Amino acid sequence: MEDARKAMSFEEKRKWFIYDVKMSRTYYLFLLPYALVFFTFMVLPVLISIWYSFTYYNILEPARFVGLQNYIDLLLGDDVFLKSVTNTLLMAVITGPVGYLMAFIFAWFIHGLPRFLRAFAVLVFYAPTISGNVFMVWALIFSGDQYGYINAMGRNIGLISGQPIYFLTNPDYMMTVILIVILWMSLGHGFLSFVAGLHTVDRSQYEAGYIDGIRNRWQELWFITLPNMKGMLLFGAVMAITQSFGVADVTRELCGFPSTDYAVHTIVNHLVDYGTLRFDMGYASAIATMLFLMMVVCNKYIQKFINRIGS
Amino acid sequence: MKSGLRQTRSLGGNIFVYLMLIIFGAFFAFPLIFTINNAFKPLNEIFLFPPRLFVQQPVLSNFQDLFTIMSRSRITFSRYIFNTVFVTAAGTFGHIILASMGAYVVSKYNFPGSRFFFKVVVVTLLFSPHVLQIPQFLIMRTLGWVDTFTAVIVPAFAMPIGFFLLKQFMDTVPMSLIEAAKVDGAKELTIFWRIVMPTVKPAWLTVMVFSTQQLWNARAANFIFSEELKTLPYALSQIIGGGVQRAGVGAAVTLFIMIVPLVIFIGAQSNIIETMASSGIKE
Repeated sequence: MEDARKAMSFEEKRKWFIYDVKMSRTYYLFLLPYALVFFTFMVLPVLISIWYSFTYYNILEPARFVGLQNYIDLLLGDDVFLKSVTNTLLMAVITGPVGYLMAFIFAWFIHGLPRFLRAFAVLVFYAPTISGNVFMVWALIFSGDQYGYINAMGRNIGLISGQPIYFLTNPDYMMTVILIVILWMSLGHGFLSFVAGLHTVDRSQYEAGYIDGIRNRWQELWFITLPNMKGMLLFGAVMAITQSFGVADVTRELCGFPSTDYAVHTIVNHLVDYGTLRFDMGYASAIATMLFLMMVVCNKYIQKFINRIGS
Repeated sequence: MKSGLRQTRSLGGNIFVYLMLIIFGAFFAFPLIFTINNAFKPLNEIFLFPPRLFVQQPVLSNFQDLFTIMSRSRITFSRYIFNTVFVTAAGTFGHIILASMGAYVVSKYNFPGSRFFFKVVVVTLLFSPHVLQIPQFLIMRTLGWVDTFTAVIVPAFAMPIGFFLLKQFMDTVPMSLIEAAKVDGAKELTIFWRIVMPTVKPAWLTVMVFSTQQLWNARAANFIFSEELKTLPYALSQIIGGGVQRAGVGAAVTLFIMIVPLVIFIGAQSNIIETMASSGIKE
């Protein structure tokens, strides 16, 4: 069938295509409602965003085309943006891979547990993700006064004397605190998909492995388990990228907005600043487009890397 | 299996695994334990110095205070609860129906554009909500949806992660099942509703958990301005905004918001794992 199609002239192909489309009417009807909302609220916003990134637009006046001006300002004239890129990349480079590895390692450990313990452990590790704004309790734990748990405990055992440590407002500590909290929240969809992915690995493969001389759990992991769950690893990676590049709520709620010396200012913080406070939509859109480009590039490289596992 | 596992599992390794799980488990569970304990602490224990993690004399006064504040608010509190329940239920229901219908044809039939559509869905998995926020607002404004529930509900239909998971799971439904029904004269809609949907129940249960989790916590502060349309998390964040004297109430609020998604997750957990197991992106 495929070969026969290839040999056809353009005119014939066109006829077949129209025939195919006509025959698929029912399918299009099924897809139409979702495709419509999907296009309107997922695809169109990105296209709009790219268009506005070449304009000056403050919502009140009509948008005015300014060419690459926003990008030039962003890259050459905005120190805070560069700071936010550094911060975001630092967070992504640390929390992305570490969170991803943690998600995998804990999923793998949990997989080896007896059944009743397994369900409980999955809940414990996934709970931070599901419980929404509970990360706010970290504000209390790291609070800079004597009611902050760490400061209080530090005092009791004599580690902290004199002034309490201002974890959330002193730039020396802020990044570390934010990294801890992001890692705490990072076992999300990726973790769940790993837990499930481990279940899918065919048991007979393990048994074949023992005969072939696999001695310990590490060899088993590398030669059997990992190559068998590439799909899951990929999905988890996509989720990890989205999460680590999109950090914003955590820094705003814990360290304030803007944070001291922009010490934990992220790209998304910057975007929100221009989009919702300064009403410079064109500039905000340029930031969004840059962020999106970074994520796509990062995703490409990770896909290549994962495809290499087991080869 | 047991005997197989034993061959590659050393005792030292097992001890290490359990130790790691306990230490990190405590790290992950700590803020949850903290939240639960704080919600039952009387005010003098919340401000105890040095602070204690576990509650000494549990009381329900925080919840009583919460209900007192609720009953005094200008808009009756049941209205906020109704708003959130309505938005969550409508958004989740619509998303599952629309996404399943689309995922069904994309998964089971090869028609012009179907593969391309799925590729676009996979790319959109990367978009973080903040990137979409501003243009979404502009679209809402054009449609005249600002300050209506529609602005929260309809975009929730479009979540790509739901479509993605449903499609992957439907790939595992054997084509012969569908063809057999066709031979019996069933229409496409009947096949979808009577055969495919019951088969992929774990899949839409999973999507339901993700979607309720997201919508339940949605403040929708960008789209909703009228007090009587505000969602529960929004209203509750206003209560916490009251400052130090609301610390006890704040603890109760945190627990209160958290409980619904947590209960839904526990209820659906086994189904979720089952779904995830068949949703691997296999080429």
